[in-house]
Amino acid sequence: MLSRSADSLFWLGRYTERAANVARGLSVALRMAGLSAQLGAEGDEWRSLLIATGCEPAFFEKHEEASQENVVDFLVRDPDNPTGIISCFAAARHNARSVRTALTVDMWGALNDSWNALRHAEFQGERLPGFLEWVRERVLLFNGAAHDTMLRGEPWLFVQLGTALERADNTARLLDVKHHLLAPAQQATVEYAQWQAILQSVSALRAYHWVYKDRLEPAKIAELLILRPELPRSLTACHGRVLEVLDRIAAGQAGRRGECHRMAGELHARLRYGRIEEILSAGLHEYLTDMIMRTAELGNEIEAFYIKA
Amino acid sequence: MSQSQSQGAPRPLPVAFDELGQRAEVRAAYAAVAAWLERTPPAELEAKRAEAELLFRRVGITFAVYGEGGDPERLIPFDIIPRVLARSEWDRLSAGLSQRVRALNAFLADAYGKQEILKAGVIPASLVTGNEQFRPEMQDFQPPGGVYTHIAGIDLVRTGPDQFYVLEDNARTPSGVSYMLENREAMLRLFPRLLARHRLAPVNRYPEDLLTTLKAAAPDRAGPNPTVVILTPGAFNSAYYEHCFLADEMGVEVVEGADLFVDENVVFMRTTAGPRRVDVIYRRIDDDYLDPRAFRPDSMLGVPGLMAAYRAGNVALCNAPGCGIADDKAIYPFVPQMIRFYLDEEPKLANVPTYLCEREADRAYVLDNLDQLVVKLAQGSGGYGMMIGPHATAAERADFAARIKARPADYIAQPTLALSTVPTLCANGVAPRHVDLRPFVLSTKDEVRIVPGGLTRVALREGSLVVNSSQGGGTKDTWVLDNDPQEGGAAHGAVAC
Repeated sequence: MLSRSADSLFWLGRYTERAANVARGLSVALRMAGLSAQLGAEGDEWRSLLIATGCEPAFFEKHEEASQENVVDFLVRDPDNPTGIISCFAAARHNARSVRTALTVDMWGALNDSWNALRHAEFQGERLPGFLEWVRERVLLFNGAAHDTMLRGEPWLFVQLGTALERADNTARLLDVKHHLLAPAQQATVEYAQWQAILQSVSALRAYHWVYKDRLEPAKIAELLILRPELPRSLTACHGRVLEVLDRIAAGQAGRRGECHRMAGELHARLRYGRIEEILSAGLHEYLTDMIMRTAELGNEIEAFYIKA
Repeated sequence: MSQSQSQGAPRPLPVAFDELGQRAEVRAAYAAVAAWLERTPPAELEAKRAEAELLFRRVGITFAVYGEGGDPERLIPFDIIPRVLARSEWDRLSAGLSQRVRALNAFLADAYGKQEILKAGVIPASLVTGNEQFRPEMQDFQPPGGVYTHIAGIDLVRTGPDQFYVLEDNARTPSGVSYMLENREAMLRLFPRLLARHRLAPVNRYPEDLLTTLKAAAPDRAGPNPTVVILTPGAFNSAYYEHCFLADEMGVEVVEGADLFVDENVVFMRTTAGPRRVDVIYRRIDDDYLDPRAFRPDSMLGVPGLMAAYRAGNVALCNAPGCGIADDKAIYPFVPQMIRFYLDEEPKLANVPTYLCEREADRAYVLDNLDQLVVKLAQGSGGYGMMIGPHATAAERADFAARIKARPADYIAQPTLALSTVPTLCANGVAPRHVDLRPFVLSTKDEVRIVPGGLTRVALREGSLVVNSSQGGGTKDTWVLDNDPQEGGAAHGAVAC
């Protein structure tokens, strides 16, 4: 397919996923902020969300205080913030528009209807939880439309590649911001509620119970989100998907491969054969920072091989 | 194209021919439509109109208008009341269109070849070789198969039961065919029962015919399965939706200039699997922007070296560069003579009488009769730079008189035609509105293909003759009945049901 189309589809996948991830992050921050207030603890949820989404410097150029209202406005509406939900939908739609021929009517409809509704959406105060739920549902609808209707050719694979890579990046960032909560030997009511919130942010609270059949423990939470292949948003699962998709693209091009294939294979192998004890003892933050960096490098290599070549 | 009008107080035109017919006498082709209009409450029509708008908005069939403020993604208003042609009417039109486009292609081959029609004195050489649309780069070069305008859109207007006129030829990059196809899709979804009462000639084979036409234009070396692409100026172009739609329907790539490159006179597109050779380019960008090395050096839309690759016979361009000399308004009056000259046939479709202001006698007549004529720029399109005499103020007419005297070669004039009307759903119910018709004519070396119907454009404002989408016109689905209903008994039976 055209390199330019592949680029658009890749970013279509990334931006739709990013919109949902920002909504997830906002939901969790809202819940945690509420918890902290109830339990009388000092919380800095809104600020850590800004860090997780990589928006902190840009935010403080415009705002003095990381209040709920300011952060929500910045992460939902502000057109100057490319990571904001509305900006993500705008970018996704722009990419979709430039590859209309590769999309199905259902995918376009899901995206375009979302966009039309977003322009008039109300999201502050009481309306926020409902709005965030709606955003997640719209992205689920888009993903479902893609999954159910898209021809399984290269266009599909590039959307999948973007989605998986963005999801890997998001899980690593969410976890990294909360890494201190997962350090060994911390146990308090506040922490317990926050662990729940971390799991909820990647829709994994119930999954935890199914997998471990046990009360929440930091090491297990980290293991679930990093190493367990059966959790679809774990780093292993996301990078497994990236590798699988890259392999399928290569297979469709008579085995043509590049540095991105090697790098994806190495990254996935590290996750697949990794052990949580070693990761934690070497330092969770260091490990996650390294993952975020490698994920970004992998994105660059994919671009160099398929798009800019 | 077509006739524009000023904001001045309209002078009454001759009563327009209504295609559905007057109250008592519904024309046979419209019997079932008239009966449907009769029994459908206005509220239901309005509900259907709203549903249609939602449908178009959802599919994203938009027309991009930039630089005028407001939402740049606009919908062209779609009118839910169809325009109906009987099979016999269409067959006559179709024969005339085919004849006309064959003559236009013969003229283009001649104009860039031996120039026999100029030597015979049938067309003044200055109008052709001195025309700014004339491309010297095309001289002494034969495109594959000798076809120049593979895709033509011919604008027709009607003034009576049997009076059809060609108002304008579009031989370069005519647009609007996606509306022909989407309008039918919309009607099938909105009014399945009404459609079931008619036997309609289908339009949905157009993309297949287009692909056949484009493949037939490929250089011989490309083999039986040439790689075809659509070259678009990009997502900001007003017809971008159409470019994508057609690519999708044909299963070909829609590319921008930057997706293509030329290496040793061969055109390639950049793909995820590396460079891929391109054989046929259905280009929807103007000649001027095709190749910065051959034409406008500041073009960012084109492909450097494309013309050299084309002249080397390594790639086909559809339509060929230089087709503008065939659809120029100053050339238009000579098309009937082209038909006689090249085909040795009498024209089956009439031209609108046209006065070339460049000619002294014509100019004198035009200046004396400005209040009855439509004056147009010879190079204009989109309904811009025109004056409809009967609707213009004295000051506007004086202004045009001065312009004509200053630059006579830039202007032509035609009588103001009372374009036919078709019932249209307006704010205050169903009312007659003026329409035109643009059928799309596909040409290969051996064949001319025309999908029955075309794009009907409708001037939505009362009394307006402007059908251009850039000036508030709308569209209708155009039905060609596959059988001819009988006037009289059968038609009245249908009205009663």
